[in-house]
Amino acid sequence: MTAPVTAASGRTAAVLRALETVRDPELDEPITSLGFVTSCAVSAAGDAQVRLRLPTYFCAPNFAYLMVADAYDAVSALPGVRHAEVVLEDHFASDVINGGVAAQAGFVRTFDGEAVSELHALRADFLRKAVMAGTDQVCRPLLAAGTDPAALLAMTLGEVPPSRALDRLRSRRGELGLPDGDDAPLLIEPVTGAPVTADYLPLHLRKAKITRVSIEANSGICRGMLRHRYNNTQGQGETVPSADSDS
Amino acid sequence: MYEHNGEKYFIVDSHMHYWNAAPDNWVPGAEQYAKGWIECFHAYQGLGPPETHWTIEHFQKYSEDDLMKDVFEDGHVDMAIFQPTDLKEWYKEGFNTTERNAEMGKRHPGKFIYNTNFDPRDGDLGLEELKRNVETYGSKGVKLYTAEWNNGSRGYKLSDPGAYRFLEAAQNLGIKNIHVHKGPTIWPLDKDAFDVSDIDHCATDFPELNFIIEHVGLPRIEDFCFMATQEPNVYAGLSVVIGGLMHALPNFFAKVMGELLFWVGEDKMTFGSDYGIWEPKWQVEGFVNWEMPDREQFSDYPRLGVAGKKKILGLNAARLYDIEVPAEYQLPAEAGTPAAQDDAQLVGGA
Repeated sequence: MTAPVTAASGRTAAVLRALETVRDPELDEPITSLGFVTSCAVSAAGDAQVRLRLPTYFCAPNFAYLMVADAYDAVSALPGVRHAEVVLEDHFASDVINGGVAAQAGFVRTFDGEAVSELHALRADFLRKAVMAGTDQVCRPLLAAGTDPAALLAMTLGEVPPSRALDRLRSRRGELGLPDGDDAPLLIEPVTGAPVTADYLPLHLRKAKITRVSIEANSGICRGMLRHRYNNTQGQGETVPSADSDS
Repeated sequence: MYEHNGEKYFIVDSHMHYWNAAPDNWVPGAEQYAKGWIECFHAYQGLGPPETHWTIEHFQKYSEDDLMKDVFEDGHVDMAIFQPTDLKEWYKEGFNTTERNAEMGKRHPGKFIYNTNFDPRDGDLGLEELKRNVETYGSKGVKLYTAEWNNGSRGYKLSDPGAYRFLEAAQNLGIKNIHVHKGPTIWPLDKDAFDVSDIDHCATDFPELNFIIEHVGLPRIEDFCFMATQEPNVYAGLSVVIGGLMHALPNFFAKVMGELLFWVGEDKMTFGSDYGIWEPKWQVEGFVNWEMPDREQFSDYPRLGVAGKKKILGLNAARLYDIEVPAEYQLPAEAGTPAAQDDAQLVGGA
């Protein structure tokens, strides 16, 4: 009796793991931990079904599209999944987005007449914000431990003690095609990849800090709105952060 | 007026509303948008203290008596500035129009300032309406919602040539203050609808106008702050910052306030309750009581004293709107000039 249950839950867990790789581009967090995955399942025949939800009916349609499309791609790529259906619910553009993603139409064709480009530039802009926020996450502990700010200029990624924040920073830089190896400078300008110069250092660190504050505060607001909207029902894989954290 | 520890605060609520979002006002065929909009606002109210939450029915349509009690009687507000948002594609008589505000406000002389609005996509007819509204209601400010849906378009940028035409007309009509509220949609939809760089251009090209960015550009506080340091005529409207963060996320509230004090400065920040999303009472009282936490991670943020709170809660907006403030609420000369424009250069040089 237990074998089929285990198989089904194993398949579902694989889908959930795939969805953990999908991030909200604005908040730079997995859609799972944010609570955006209402449910996910996959049949023995390989038909996957994912339902997504967002904090408001009017969340920006371009970011909503990216999350649905990325979820579709991540789940479709799983071995054993022969067909994936990803459905965004309770959103003003649900039908348009769901239909466009199912047809793999791309953003411009999905929002016919309302868009002129695909979303690569938008995604890159927000990856650059993630790089700035990640810079604060990596540098703040170093500064707190007594590293002189000026010393950060000469530091390479390989010289920073290992941490999840460092892995994340490297990964975001890699996605943008920016230097992410051990010998790459810790502080770079996120558009050009050029090393940060001494005269620009204080402003760079301030910008990194406010970018992190902004993303994290938005994340807190989104989580609060989602809880209110869905009456505190948890999403699949949702984590409740030590929100409003001091770290 | 709010008095605390012997200090008297003159309160200007620079961003509030009198809306009707009840089903009787929903446009047939657009009910889902009208319903979705007000439910989204209602979820924001959920970020305030539980004892201030309303039922969705009350939230959809509160009465004149409710507003007068919540804002003036209980809410400590001396002067309130109506910020209209039409949304006529979803609400038959509009969501919160200049006309509706003024019709209600005329029974309470001396309590309200009527801002009006415009939409550059309305062309010549819109220009005529703007002129009519300014003449009828004496508006000195406009509220612009760039994500408004209008005849198949999902939004506009303030740097569009059509928008410049309206800004010029508004200035010629005597408008001084442009309140900008970004929303989730724009033309084209692949752009970031919350981007504030268009306001950067306007602020440079219209140096005699003040641009008050509502919700401090949330969710793009960083872009807003970088822009505000460059532009002496850009201000931070604190609606949503106090209402949405002070109770629900106090640490992030302190960080966001710290960033705003650093980049924008206390002379350039204005309080707005965003009523009926949140009642002003708890916001005013909580803000007067608020102190920057005395912990390491907040150590490089400027502190906010009594003078700064007085500016933010009323004196800055009073200056922008030429509201007469009785002497007992004024600051001593050494506390600086409310709404002074030279902060931008100061912070920018930091």
